[in-house]
Amino acid sequence: MRLVLPNPGLDLRIPSYEDLDRMDKEEDDRPKWDNKTQYILTCVGFCIGLGNVWRFPYLCQSHGGGAFLIPYLILMVLEGMPLLLLEFAIGQRLRKGSVGVWRSINPYLTGVGIASMLVSLLVGLYYNTLVAWIIWYLFNSFQNPLPWTQCPLNENGTGFVPECQQSSTVDYYFYRVTLNSTTSIADSGGINWPIVLCLLTAWTIVAICCIRGISTAGKAVYVTAILPYIVLGIFLIRGLTLKGAMSGLKFLFTPDVNELIKPSTWLDAGAQVFYAFGLGWGGLISFSSYNPVHNNCVQDAVILSVVTSLTSVYAAAVTYCIIGFRATEKYDTCISDNIEKLLNKFELPEDNITTSNYEEAFNSLNSSYPDIVLGLDIKTCDMQTLLSEGVEGTGLAFIVFTEAITKMPGSQIWSVLLFVMLFSLGLSTLFGNIEGVVVPLKDLNVFPKNWPHEVLTGLTCALAFIICLLFAQNSGLYWVTLFDNFAGSVPLLTIGLFEMIAVVYIYGIDRFNEDFEFMVGYKPSIFWQISWRFTSPLIVLVILVFYLVTQVQEALTYSVWDPDSEKFPSLASVPYPSWIYVIIFLLAGVPSLAVPAYALCRFVFVCCTKKKE
Amino acid sequence: MEDVVFLLLCVSSAAAQLCAPDASNGYKVRLSILAALGDEAYLWNDSEMFLFRAALAFAMRTADGQNYDVSNVLVCDETPRVSFWFVVTSPLNPTQLVERRQVEEAVRKSRNRINSAFLLTDKTLEFLGIPPTLAAPAPPSPPPWLIVFGVVMGAAGAGIVLVLVTSVMQKRRKKKEEQTGIDEVEEESRAEENGTASDGVYNLSFSDNDRLTQM
Repeated sequence: MRLVLPNPGLDLRIPSYEDLDRMDKEEDDRPKWDNKTQYILTCVGFCIGLGNVWRFPYLCQSHGGGAFLIPYLILMVLEGMPLLLLEFAIGQRLRKGSVGVWRSINPYLTGVGIASMLVSLLVGLYYNTLVAWIIWYLFNSFQNPLPWTQCPLNENGTGFVPECQQSSTVDYYFYRVTLNSTTSIADSGGINWPIVLCLLTAWTIVAICCIRGISTAGKAVYVTAILPYIVLGIFLIRGLTLKGAMSGLKFLFTPDVNELIKPSTWLDAGAQVFYAFGLGWGGLISFSSYNPVHNNCVQDAVILSVVTSLTSVYAAAVTYCIIGFRATEKYDTCISDNIEKLLNKFELPEDNITTSNYEEAFNSLNSSYPDIVLGLDIKTCDMQTLLSEGVEGTGLAFIVFTEAITKMPGSQIWSVLLFVMLFSLGLSTLFGNIEGVVVPLKDLNVFPKNWPHEVLTGLTCALAFIICLLFAQNSGLYWVTLFDNFAGSVPLLTIGLFEMIAVVYIYGIDRFNEDFEFMVGYKPSIFWQISWRFTSPLIVLVILVFYLVTQVQEALTYSVWDPDSEKFPSLASVPYPSWIYVIIFLLAGVPSLAVPAYALCRFVFVCCTKKKE
Repeated sequence: MEDVVFLLLCVSSAAAQLCAPDASNGYKVRLSILAALGDEAYLWNDSEMFLFRAALAFAMRTADGQNYDVSNVLVCDETPRVSFWFVVTSPLNPTQLVERRQVEEAVRKSRNRINSAFLLTDKTLEFLGIPPTLAAPAPPSPPPWLIVFGVVMGAAGAGIVLVLVTSVMQKRRKKKEEQTGIDEVEEESRAEENGTASDGVYNLSFSDNDRLTQM
């Protein structure tokens, strides 16, 4: 069953074992890690990103709480770890970045590297925009009171601006003050200059940290990879002392075993594992190639998987402490408002209805005067609804968390800590991104060879900043969501699939096993063999197919902030304009199709040159 | 005697007619003492009501200039909630009510003083129909975020300059090393050609160099 496609000339393109040993002893120009810790921290920083904080807790809670950990861990072992080890091993063996590695295996496969580079670039663009928004909030945390605690007044000073009055101060601050959102992705609305300045800050910091490749980035990760853990710890201790934290934790971890039967749970778990491990971006292959040849990559893959999963659970616990606190505050406010309405209408003394006898008092009043009570517009206060409100993505960080922080004493400090943590998380992921863009550009000889690495990094960051001005428009939020949904989903799954097929069937699993024996001292166990050959590609294929099927079936809509819509302050669901489909094809289709397209072009080119001869 | 009683009845009924719930020139007031003060809440009694009428008379005096008295402020429809209606009569003619708008102006002007007389706030001492003038949050200039931005970009600029300077210095150092290395190789090879052992500086970076053949 050892199917291997014919691959002539492989030995000429890759370094032999003697070459590898010699390169290991010599001092050459290739960058090296200062120590193993730096390498592990960089990989951890790359894998742990904003998604771990604001996507995993939401998935965990909406797919059955504690029970979600079961599909997550199973798929992590079956899908995440094998792919991770594959990328580590191939990088360490062939000692090149993503384009170099796939080109060494077979020149027709260079498309895989190009696809990785495109995905890293597109994702890096919108990711740094999120970092720019985080920087904006961070800069604005140094004032008292925090600017998202107040609404601006209307003209005659008797009330607040209606947009703020109907939604909330934090919603208004995010959608109007920070982003100044238009009502449609087609409506550009002009450039938002404060966001341009924040984007400039973000790209400058990224450029400085990455300017010499891993020699500068490797030092920066000591801060950016460790700081989030410390801040999460501080928030955990603070969060546990807040009122209502336990209800949040209970809500998160209460297992609902019925969710395990639904296929969507397993699909979401699989997709989350895939994105959480940063697979297919090319950054991990690059990082691994700077390791010494005999580094134990099996151990690294296992360590990284365990650390990523534990961090996701840790971040989820902290998140839900804070969400529980916020929900409890909102619940108490809701009940007090209702009590006030009842007291005012029925002219009862203030201590007649308290939170403890609210239920009985309400029921007795409702039975005696149902019409009056109906006219009062009493809101039903439900903890469950409040706990499941808007708790993923940008909504979590910029709306839910900021609101919770305003209710804690010493809000400025908590705000600064939160946004510094989010900034570190984003920055450390961007190191891997930039690595996954600059090194392939170097391998593809896009830039002249004598240009130093600093110039390449600086130029890439400058160009990326200019493209990011797209997200600095007033419709920028909708562009970021578009990129998030399409640039980082289908292409990564296709790249992962091609990677596995390339290594197992074109490079040859036997040769790969021998490489392991050379590098680590033993061949990978039967678990890895079966995973690489059958289970992992199958899982990725299933996820990809289901994803495409569900996407094609739905009409594509997106959520807009429209003060004039009926459901305001909820986001209105609006269909995309027709020209968006071109953009979606460029985002998702071009990287995915880069693999066959490049192979085809090369085939045609080779045929033409052969014919000429 | 009967005349006096009749007169008193007339006056009280006239007062009752002047102040009534939903009166056109009256306002409803609602106090939330427990909400504002919690454990330190005081009991609402006639003395407190007297204070209210006096405070309102003070407000009318400040706004109008005429000599309003406590008797000019009529109160009715008190509830256990602590809410009631009030009207203000003119000091010149006790049967004539002061216009709604004038009362509103007076209350608005002295709102703070009335609030502090009762240790309450705009939210806990409500005049239904007179919205409180909210304090405008004044944005400080220059905006604080711009200051932080300036600091961060300054540090970033310093970082860029540092990186460029160190890379230029490193290149110069490398060139120098290569230059001295080449000079020493030439010296050593010249020395070996001459056959004498010269005391050259031993350059470690070339110790494994294949160019130097072992003699």
